[in-house]
Order: sequence, then structure tokens, then C-alpha cells
Amino acid sequence: MTDMHIDHSVLRDLQEVMEEGYLQLLETFLEDSEQRLSQLHGARTANELGMAAHSFKGSSGNMGAVGLARLCQQLEERIKERPPYGIEELIHRIDQEYLEVQRFYRSERERVSAN
Amino acid sequence: MPAERMLTVLVAEDSATDRLLLAQIVRRQGHEVFTAENGEQAVALFAEKRPQLVLLDALMPVMDGFEAARQIKALAGEALVPIIFLTSLNEEGALVRCLEAGGDDFMAKPYSAVILGAKIRAMDRLRRLQATVLEQRDEITRHHHHLLNEQRVAKAVFDKVAHSGCITAPNIRYLQSPYALFNGDLLLAAFTPSGDMHVLLGDFTGHGLPAAVGAMPLAEVFYGMTAKGYGLAQMLREMNAKLKRILPVDMFCCALLLNLNMQRGTVEVWNGGMPDGYLLSTSGQVLSPLASRHLPLGVLGAERFDDSTEVLPLAAGERLLLLSDGVVDTADEQERLFGVERLQDVLTANRDPAQLFGEVMQALERFGGRPRDDISLCDIRMFAPEERVPAPTLYSDSGRSSALDWSLGYELRGESLKRFNPVPYLVQLLQEIHGLRSLTGALHSVLSELYSNALEHGVLGLDSWIKRDVQGFAHYYQERARRLGELVDGFVRIDLKVEPLAAGGRLTIEVRDSGAGFDVHKVLSRPPEDQGLSGRGLSLVQRLGSSAQWCEGGRCAQVQFEW
Repeated sequence: MTDMHIDHSVLRDLQEVMEEGYLQLLETFLEDSEQRLSQLHGARTANELGMAAHSFKGSSGNMGAVGLARLCQQLEERIKERPPYGIEELIHRIDQEYLEVQRFYRSERERVSAN
Repeated sequence: MPAERMLTVLVAEDSATDRLLLAQIVRRQGHEVFTAENGEQAVALFAEKRPQLVLLDALMPVMDGFEAARQIKALAGEALVPIIFLTSLNEEGALVRCLEAGGDDFMAKPYSAVILGAKIRAMDRLRRLQATVLEQRDEITRHHHHLLNEQRVAKAVFDKVAHSGCITAPNIRYLQSPYALFNGDLLLAAFTPSGDMHVLLGDFTGHGLPAAVGAMPLAEVFYGMTAKGYGLAQMLREMNAKLKRILPVDMFCCALLLNLNMQRGTVEVWNGGMPDGYLLSTSGQVLSPLASRHLPLGVLGAERFDDSTEVLPLAAGERLLLLSDGVVDTADEQERLFGVERLQDVLTANRDPAQLFGEVMQALERFGGRPRDDISLCDIRMFAPEERVPAPTLYSDSGRSSALDWSLGYELRGESLKRFNPVPYLVQLLQEIHGLRSLTGALHSVLSELYSNALEHGVLGLDSWIKRDVQGFAHYYQERARRLGELVDGFVRIDLKVEPLAAGGRLTIEVRDSGAGFDVHKVLSRPPEDQGLSGRGLSLVQRLGSSAQWCEGGRCAQVQFEW
């Protein structure tokens, strides 16, 4: 994976902090982030969408998925503008980004389980 | 990263990922961690586990962080439980909401273990500070109750000492706070055996127990010596010496002492450091101030202590007003003082003596002064003969029989005449005779009268005619002090003879002086009213004893008592 998706220094810190719990963290994130993504799609009001983007931004940031976090940030800001524009397109880009992130963390999970 | 001390920490975060991460970060810093998914769980967990620190996500479902923080702070009560909000909300409004909800700090996402560790340590310092403050507050409260109790006990002891006076005599009115003793204010009054009244208004330095503790020995001296018939000068010397000896260097007692002598219509005054007292006419006009002319008691050593008193005429119905400095020192919010002038205005305007205290207190209230605990007021009217109280008799023997056949001669010469009054000693001696005990008052009056006649008119050669009016009065006592100071020769001799009779006994008192004598017949033939202020009180002496005569040209007075 390239730098614009994942911040590897954050990942290294995570591994150090979590110690044996690193694997569980990866599992939790993968499960958690799928839920967040469907929350994002299922949002019915601008407010709900904003809060979903906000939460997703938080956990992605903590996990080092900087690209994803940045996109969620944009979405959060875009929603507040009058009129809001390009929301659909932004959500689509988030979907794309998430696929990359998901693939990375899955392989990371494999790597750790093997050791 | 090991923590300096282990805390229990509550982490409330709705994102599973973030919750897991955060809990691990905090655990790794050496703390015990409980986790909650929403605000409601957070509050319940807080009530159950009582953690010392709370990390709270701002936006949570069910109950958000703001409401959870409010409830947690309410549960915490007086103790400080620091709350650190977790938020990526960076608008000012949101951050202000965190603070208003009771948050003590923020942590931004993504989490930094280093920053979190620093914040936890800082919050813990505050938490411990608050705990210390509460502990010390409780200790101070305990000490305070202890102190109040000590004061209660001290006051109970003091009241036993103080009750032996005559402060409730009909010619005295007074106003004093129940806390007066612990402001150092002291008001004592007692009759001498011959019916004079001694009054003391005192003000010890300091507050609380240290101010009160000097009052007890002082009161004992005052009551003891007054009951034995000592004069002001001797009492002042004794009180000053005692206080100088027992009080620390920076403590002393301002005092105003009075001796009201009804027989002569005089008041003797000593004021060391107290505010001016006032001598008031029967209609309440200020006749003269009783100003402070001495240092307070307990300051000077015996050699430099000045026991000289002022003597002023005081007719029946005239009054003395004494007050402590709480009246004049009362201040309003601008720190202006009530002052002497406002007080004198109240005195001038007063028409009914019974209302005077009320008028003073009203004036203080109108002035807008802050109420004080150390205001003492005392109003003493020159008493009429029927207001005398029989003096308590002090016996120290077991009631065995006493010697009834003896004589004693006592001669005071030169220097001794200046500072020593033998009358109280001789009266005490005579109290050994049981039959004379009921006459103690009369004995004291007669001996005092004869002795002062012998000294003033005999040895010093003062003419009692000088005392016929008020100016003459002041002049007389100035002259007395001057001539006494210059005295070199001269004597007063007192002879006592006790002999048994069939059913009792007889005491013969002879008082001789080295003076020029006087024309006894001329003085005795004057009507008694004329003998008033001047005169030698001869008719009094004649009345009190079984017999009285003067011989040797007036230089020897002889009085007899029989029982």
C-alpha cells in the first residue's frame, strides 16, 4: 500500500501500544467500519449523515487510514454548506477508498495471525 | 509507561475501535480501566465503581457526553472527579459546551498516548489538591468546635469568679455582649466594707482565650482587695504588678477604675488607656470627661507605675458613663469612625437616663456601622444611703475563740505616710475578734475617716474649708498630692486596745497626728449639712461608735466600740 492511504508510523505506534491486543483491534476495526459505512448510506437526514461522517472520521484517523479520514472530513464540511453539493459523488469516493483500506487491514490481519 | 500512581479510569466511547484503543492506552499507563458505550452506561458505571478520572466522548447515542458529564459531576459532589472530553469537534461553540457541562479538559482525535498521559497526570494533581482541601476543611471545623468548647468552659469558670460582685446594684446600668469576655472586655463592681463602691471597666488586648485568661487573676485581686477595704492606689499597684508578671510582653489591660465614696460625695478616678468616661449632671449634661492619664495595666514596672488618682465631687443623682472603645471605633463601609463627637451629640440630646443606652445603640445603627461584639456601656448613679449592700464577710479561721485582752500601737512616719494605708490591715486584725465581725463596716469607716483626717488636716495641714465648691475641690486634691510629695517629717499613730467586759468586750481606737490640732467645739457645733463636702465627718464618727471624743487640742481622736 502506498502512503496516501495509510500512515505507517501510526500503524507502528498502534502495534506497540496494543501489544497482544493488536489483532483484536484490527478485527474490531474491520467489523466496526463496515457498520459505519452502512450507517453513512442509510442516513436519512443531513444531520444523521454529518454525525456518521464525523464518527467514521474519528476511528479511521485513530487507525491511520488518513485518506479515508480526510474524505469523511470533506463530507462533514460539505453537508454544512448551502446548498450542499456533490454529496453523492463524495460518498462514492469514500466507498472506493474504503475498499482499499479494507483490503490492507485484512492482509495486515493475516500477517499478524501467521506470526 | 508506568504511572506515578494507579488510578481507576472510566472510558465512555461509542466507537468500538476507539474504545478499545483508548482503554489499552490508559491501561498501559498503569491504570485500571472500565469502559462504557454510551452516556447512560457511563453514569451507571460511575455510580457503581466510583472511578477517579473520566474520559467521555462528546457525541454518544442514548445519552450524550454533555448530559453524562452533568450527572457525573452531580454524583461526585464535593470531590473533584476530572472529566476529559474526547472530541474532534473543533468549533468554539462545541468546545464551550464541553466546559459548561463540567468538562475539565479536551482530548482531540486521533489519540496521542503522550498527550493523554500528560493530561491524566495534570488532572490527577488537581484531584489530589481538592481532596487535600476538603480534608483540611474538615480538620479546621473540628478544631473550631474544640475551641468553642474551651471558651464555654473558660466562661463558666470565670462566671463563678465574677458573680461575687454588685454589678446588679440598683444604681448601676450596663450593656455588654455575652461574648464580651472573649473580646477582652471586663466589667466588675463591688462594695467595700465601709460602703464605698469600686468599679472597674477593663479591655484586655487580643481576642479569644488569650484575652480572657488575664481577666480571672485581675478579677480575683479586684474582689479580694475591695472586700478587705483596700484603697484604689494599693489595688492598682497590685493589679499592675500581677499583670506585668503574668502576661506576655505584648499584652496588657486598659482599665478605668472608680471609687465612689457616698459619705464624702466624691468619686476617685484612674484611667489608663480607656476611652474618656463622662461625669454627667442630674439632667444629663456632660460636666467633665474622665480622660486617660496613665498607661494601661501590665506595661510599666513597679518603680515607674503611677497610681495617682483624680478626685472629683459627685453628688447624689449625678452619673458616670463608662464605655469601651467598641462604641467610638465602630466604622461604616467607607471606614469612617463613629467617633467622640457623635457620641457627645447623643449625650447632649439625651433627656431620660433610662433611654441613654438605647439612644447610643440607635445612633450606632443609624450611622451604618458594622455591628461589633466588643461594645460595653456602663452608667453609674451616685447612690443613696439606702442602696448600700452589706459586704460579704471573709473569715479564714475555724471559729475558735480569740484573744480579748490586748493592745497594739502602730505609728507611720515620713516616707511611709506617702504610699501606705494601714487601715485595711488593722481592720483585718480586728476581724479576729468575733464580737466585732458584724461591725466590720463601721470599723472600716471610722478608721478610714480618722486616718484621713489625721493625715490630711493634721500632718499635711490642709483646711477642709477649701473643699466647699467644685473648683476648691480640685484645688484641695492637687494641694494634697503636692504636700504629700514634699512630706519629710510628721507621723500618724494608731493605738488599739481590746479589753473584756462582763458580757462582751470593748475596743478603744486612738488616732494621733503630728499636726496643729483644731477647734473641736466649733466644728461639732456647726449644723451637719454644713459639714457636707468639707468638715471632718465628725458626726459620722460619733454616730458609728459607742462613744467618740477629741483631746490634746484636736490632735487625738478617740472612738470606742462595745459588744
